[in-house]
Amino acid sequence: MSQIFHHSTNTLSRVSIFGGLFIVGFLVWAWAELNASTYATRAKVPADQPVPFSHEHHVGGLGIDCRYCHTSVETSSFANIPPSKTCMNCHTQIWNNAVMLEPVRDSFRTDRSIRWTRVHDLPDYVYFNHSIHVAKGVGCTTCHGQVNKMPLMWQENSLQMTWCLDCHRQPERFVRPKSEVFSVTYQPPPDQLELGRKLVAEYKIQSLTSCSTCHR
Amino acid sequence: MSKPYQYLDLAAVRAHLGSSRGRDYWRSLEELAESEGFQDMLEREFPRQAAEWTNDTAGRRHFLKVMGASMALAGLGACTRQPIETIMPYVRQPEEVIPGKPLFFATAVPVAGIATGVLVESHMGRPTKVEGNPEHPASLGATDAIAQASVLDLYDPDRSQTLTYLGDIRPWSSFLGAAREALNAQIPKGGAGLRFLTGAITSPSLADQFRTLLAKYPAAKWHCYEPAGRYAQLAAARQAFGQPVNTYYRLASADVILALDSDFLCTGPTSVRYAADFASRRSVRGNQIAMSRFYAVESTATPTGAKADHRLPVRAADVEAFAAAVASSVAASGAAGSQTATGPHAAFIAALVKDLAQHRGTSVVIPGEYQSTAVHVLAHAINAALGNVGKTVVYTDPLDPNPVDDFESLRELGQDMDAGKVEMLVIAGGNPVYNAPADFGFTQRMSKVKLRIHMGLYADETSEFCQWHIPEAHFLETWSDARAYDGTITIMQPLIQPLYFGRSVHEMLAAFGETPSQSPYDIVKGYWNRQHPGADFEDWWRKAVHDGIVPNTALPAKTVALKTGAVTPPRPVEGQGIEIVFRPDPHVFDGRFANNGWLQELPKPLTKLTWDNAALVSPATAERLKLQNEDLVDLEYRGRKVRAPIWILPGHANDSVTVHLGYGRTRAGRVGNRAGFDAYALRTSDAPWFGSGLAIRKAGSKFTLASTQMHYDMMGRQIVISGTVEEYRKDPHFVKERAEEPPKELSLYPGYKYEGYAWGMAIDQTACVGCNACVVACQAENNIAVVGKDQVQKMRAMHWLRIDTYHKGSPDNPETYFQPLPCMQCENAPCELVCPVQATSHSSEGLNDMVYNRCVGTRYCANNCPYKVRRFNFFLYSDWNTPSLKLQRNPDVSVRSRGVMEKCTYCVQRISEAKIEAEKEDRTLKDGEVQTACQGVCPTQAIVFGDINDSSSRVAKLKAEQLNYSLLAELNTRPRTTYLAALRNPNPEIEKA
Amino acid sequence: MSDERRNPVIAPGHTFATVTDKISAIVLTRKTPTHWLIPFAVASTLLMVFLWAVTYLFVRGVGIYGVKIPVGWGWDITNFVWWIGIGHAGTLISAILLLLHQTWRNSINRFAEAMTLFAVACAGMYPVLHLGRPWLFYWLFPYPNTMGIQPQFRSPLVWDVFAVSTYATVSLLFWYVGLIPDLATLRDRAKNHAARIIYGILAMGWRGAASHWQKYETASLLLAGIATPLVISVHTVVSFDFTVGIVPGWHSTIFPPYFVAGAIYSGFAMVLVLAIPLRAMYGLADMITPRHLDNCAKVMLATALIVAYSYVFEAFIAWYSGNPFEMYAIWNRMTGPYWPQYWLLIFCNLIFPQVLWLRKIRTSAFWLFIVSIDVLVGMWLERYVIIVVSLHRDFLPAAWGMYSGSIWDKATFLGTIGLFFFLFFLFIRSLPVISIFEVRTLLPEADVTEGVEK
Repeated sequence: MSQIFHHSTNTLSRVSIFGGLFIVGFLVWAWAELNASTYATRAKVPADQPVPFSHEHHVGGLGIDCRYCHTSVETSSFANIPPSKTCMNCHTQIWNNAVMLEPVRDSFRTDRSIRWTRVHDLPDYVYFNHSIHVAKGVGCTTCHGQVNKMPLMWQENSLQMTWCLDCHRQPERFVRPKSEVFSVTYQPPPDQLELGRKLVAEYKIQSLTSCSTCHR
Repeated sequence: MSKPYQYLDLAAVRAHLGSSRGRDYWRSLEELAESEGFQDMLEREFPRQAAEWTNDTAGRRHFLKVMGASMALAGLGACTRQPIETIMPYVRQPEEVIPGKPLFFATAVPVAGIATGVLVESHMGRPTKVEGNPEHPASLGATDAIAQASVLDLYDPDRSQTLTYLGDIRPWSSFLGAAREALNAQIPKGGAGLRFLTGAITSPSLADQFRTLLAKYPAAKWHCYEPAGRYAQLAAARQAFGQPVNTYYRLASADVILALDSDFLCTGPTSVRYAADFASRRSVRGNQIAMSRFYAVESTATPTGAKADHRLPVRAADVEAFAAAVASSVAASGAAGSQTATGPHAAFIAALVKDLAQHRGTSVVIPGEYQSTAVHVLAHAINAALGNVGKTVVYTDPLDPNPVDDFESLRELGQDMDAGKVEMLVIAGGNPVYNAPADFGFTQRMSKVKLRIHMGLYADETSEFCQWHIPEAHFLETWSDARAYDGTITIMQPLIQPLYFGRSVHEMLAAFGETPSQSPYDIVKGYWNRQHPGADFEDWWRKAVHDGIVPNTALPAKTVALKTGAVTPPRPVEGQGIEIVFRPDPHVFDGRFANNGWLQELPKPLTKLTWDNAALVSPATAERLKLQNEDLVDLEYRGRKVRAPIWILPGHANDSVTVHLGYGRTRAGRVGNRAGFDAYALRTSDAPWFGSGLAIRKAGSKFTLASTQMHYDMMGRQIVISGTVEEYRKDPHFVKERAEEPPKELSLYPGYKYEGYAWGMAIDQTACVGCNACVVACQAENNIAVVGKDQVQKMRAMHWLRIDTYHKGSPDNPETYFQPLPCMQCENAPCELVCPVQATSHSSEGLNDMVYNRCVGTRYCANNCPYKVRRFNFFLYSDWNTPSLKLQRNPDVSVRSRGVMEKCTYCVQRISEAKIEAEKEDRTLKDGEVQTACQGVCPTQAIVFGDINDSSSRVAKLKAEQLNYSLLAELNTRPRTTYLAALRNPNPEIEKA
Repeated sequence: MSDERRNPVIAPGHTFATVTDKISAIVLTRKTPTHWLIPFAVASTLLMVFLWAVTYLFVRGVGIYGVKIPVGWGWDITNFVWWIGIGHAGTLISAILLLLHQTWRNSINRFAEAMTLFAVACAGMYPVLHLGRPWLFYWLFPYPNTMGIQPQFRSPLVWDVFAVSTYATVSLLFWYVGLIPDLATLRDRAKNHAARIIYGILAMGWRGAASHWQKYETASLLLAGIATPLVISVHTVVSFDFTVGIVPGWHSTIFPPYFVAGAIYSGFAMVLVLAIPLRAMYGLADMITPRHLDNCAKVMLATALIVAYSYVFEAFIAWYSGNPFEMYAIWNRMTGPYWPQYWLLIFCNLIFPQVLWLRKIRTSAFWLFIVSIDVLVGMWLERYVIIVVSLHRDFLPAAWGMYSGSIWDKATFLGTIGLFFFLFFLFIRSLPVISIFEVRTLLPEADVTEGVEK
């Protein structure tokens, strides 16, 4: 009887068997990568805002303290987005007719809030509290990055659970002296681990990894 | 239900979903959700957060498709990104508001006019949770179930939202026009044709407004009608003392208590305080054993009766005879020792009277609010004879500025209307069309009135018969004031602008008067300014508002003499045969809370029924009449008839049927409509609370009732361990002998170490009165969904905390025990080790954390939980769509979605919050700094929560008590929640008999 | 040997050619017989029911089932355990009996293994379907994720995932390897070009060379070696789902052997339920002979006795433990609201199968069919009783409740039965139901030694 298959089929079949395995493996890997990618997390992607507010200018340039706008960062879970009033404190005086600032003035006039795009947006089932992190010596820039170098705000880190756990499992790797918490120029010293251990003891920092620490 | 709605165009939906790129499909879905058809459909799919109780198949079919779409998306969700969200700051941020931190404001919850002081939690302007006001005499920091649920009423989307004239929407101004016209016509007649009808009102400022108004229209009349008011008390006072008098009791100083058909622990606005005082005398700690003794005589089995050391079921009509017997022998015992009574309960009475007589001045007899005048008079007599007056019994002037006999007042109004004397009727609050006595024919008579105005929270049965309906402002939306049981006044401040443009009665009266534009704030403040002229008023006002009590406004005790011959010889019980007993429902009360999903789904004490009322009968009577649970029967009483399902209630008096008022509403709203049957249809003014001659006829069919508990027998297991004070005296260890803790090392896995805090709870079963306040508090605090009757009946109720009820002894008069059952937070938790995805795991402080967002819903944990405290979202129970309900949610607790397990976590959100505050101040938590919702609201402080690592904490002390034991200890689950055995203090003389 | 003569594994008169013709004809025949079409149509209909039920389930949520608190598992897990159990016979026949040189198995192992695969396919769906959020089932697998957590390996459900997936994979491989020589036969005999291509690809270039045969033997022996422990392990692990729990009626050490025995019991019942109609339909009585029926029946009888022992001891241990909860659990099974289910199960699994002591019954296709159906029903009830009746009344009477499967529970179950037969009939039509080359080895011609004597 006649041959059904060409001779090459042998090679083909062998290749396809191994190929199959590799393709499956590749898909799993690609999927995992996608979930961790900045595409999924939106990290490092500047968000477009109704008003192109520049932290670089206000923090880096003018050296305004974080707490001038984010008033409740030391007292509440929520650091607070400044009310239009806060902007107008200065901008009634300077740039008071800049086109760029029209939305702010409009909001102030009409008493309607500005719709900012949320940059750091945790899922609703995650309960993060700014005040305690600040109180325990976690610097603003540790999570939010060098905001003083961000013309438009972006999310510095993935904000994924693994990322949270990095610090919650080994706080000593990231804590800094309380005095430096709000400093945007602070650079961790070479002996961070040593300092970290000291501070962890001094500030009674617990490594909280119970589920209910963040999920309720 | 309303107009046929626009179906969602699903082709469009699919197109939409198809076209949108993965990244913002969420948005698309939201846009979808905003489209009218979708909204409307959801309204029908999830009427009022009860997902499952409509059977609107058309709506469902469409809903399915959309859900299908969204679920497919949820599937994709695993590997795509979050939606982009916007954030909107204040324009000008109020000083006191710190985003993320709640504020508390003092106000009061008025029920039937009487206030309970509360503190209301507000998250950025949204009142979310009611807590008791520790300063307030009626609260002492606790509240009842109704107060807890009141916050849901505020957000009820079914509340009337528009001012209407004959059903058409009208502006406030046009109402004013019409009203003024009618009023002007009244001026020449001095208001002869003008009538006001309100519920019981204790508000001084409102009373003041009425006075001024009535001064302008001298011939006008102000009627008050409370279907479940305190009229018997007032009538009795008139008969006994010749003047209306308000009575209350000091149970903290009572050694012997006799309740004559009174549910003083769980019904009525005073119950919270009474329960607290009662419990303060029922706690046995270490060798401090002094415990009061409590006798209850009652027709319907109530939680109060369940707490009694001796409970005697007698028909409501026979209570008078019983009281008379007691009275006579007490009177006699005053003269010469104790004398033997006669009659069926002679022995009981003899012992009881002896006990009372031994505690002159420290005993108290409490007549039921819903008993006859005669019983109240007898109670006054007995208390007087025992010298309790001024000690355990306090008389004051009435709380109501207009103390009328509800039924007389309404009858008079009815007659006037009949005679055509009434031209303008203003019904402010109240719902007479629904709840007036059946023999008044109120509705027909009302139709003879030319101008009928109704103001109420809902466009209800009454507003249907009035030309004008004005939406009323909820008490959390407006200014007012009210008196507590002892007269203490609270100035009630609003927590939020009226959601639905409601107006308060203050505003309406002002509009009728000279100052149409006066705001409730000006009215109330103005009134108090007149009471407190002087420079310091502002400070005084601020303080009064802030504290939630107006200093020294409690009414002074008053001495009244019992009129001779006030006590009439007991009337022979007229009309033999079966007796019918009317009671306000323990949760929806007289029907005003019928549209409150929390209260509807709250299992009623003892019967555990939800969403319905039933005709309650004793086991013996049921047997005699061959009735079974859920049998439909026709109740025929004085020629009127209703059809009701039967529920057999152990401990109910024989030949007596109890029906609860407040059901069978037709215009309550989507929740309350068509729930239960309308008992008002049988209720007549001459026998408002009970009467004989009821005929019961089986209708031959069944009616499904949704009860959350099927078995009330402990099967000889050590579940609620109970004993008597005597036993405890003899052998304090008797509890430990019955519930033995296995040795710690009996576990395959190494035990956890708990440095720092170790949270635990102790529940005193002697103190718990089964009032259900904790259950609703938990529901409010933890965003627990309402599932609807059908789902409850399928045993899918969501309450994290349930109150198990067990009967012991003969079903005719059993001992009844309450066991509040939250999650036990086991140290060796069976649930934890079977969860495949670590959705429930052990916290460093010994909680069994429940991570909703990790749960895949195998339900293995629930199967393996020996206490069955875990609850599962079999469907999408939480209402994710009704905007007003979103406002009520506690922002610190995730709103659970479909297919996840949930359970009590000791209010871990509160623990975290408190811990963070303490950490910031670099200190450890003080005992009592964290209170769970159930603990905070408990009137009897039966629930105590705290750190068991801190030996000085209250909970640690309680756990050290001999009475403390772990439920199902033998399983070695090492529960963090433990129980104190239930103790009783029976009278040895009766025990023998 | 005498037994061999009286009651051969394969009827006399067969040669290599006849065997090959007969079996391959079933597949390669042009016209599809009506006795295939009708049952296939029925199965497809039931399959539609399944798809319908599952769609509705995903759309509405698991609440459409009868499950509730306290009974969190009902028909869903009952069906899971039942199907998994049925699978076991296939592996037992193909692996263990192979290692034990039970040659008679050769004519039934092919479809028995197929049965295993399809049963596992049906079973494998329930753990996903019963979830509250089925689209997240993959959280039960360890995989690289952004949450920094893995499944909890203390949970029997995670063990299940591994047990069942391994089982499915090995069974599939074993079955496929066993098919290769026959696929080659089909390739060579198929007239239709497409068929030849397909069978050709599947046959992986099998030419029947000695080297091929040698490799084949090694492979199948190895796989048999791997599969053998699985027969024991899979249902042991499944039984852990219950024994690890503390529910009275679950928390018992005799479950593993008792479950394995039960599994084989129901498995052989299903083999007979498939074999008996099959040999009738395709006149295979000469290859699936009374001898096979007899042997299967004997296995059933044996396992029936083991199961019976377990039932008795379950009750005894409960009583002997003196633990009030355990005692009540058993008492409640026997006299509680679910007593009919319990006693029916006892009848189906204990009493009625005793007829298998009679050789007449063991060799009567009709009676065996009845008994097998009865056993399948009984084994389903056993799981139902263990799961539902234990859960509905556990520790606190206040939390007790009653359970009954909803219409959707039933639809889903019928649906999986549909799926099972749907696959099985496709298999009959497209692959040799009996291993051609292995049956050949049973023929006298294959007996080389005999040849030498001549």
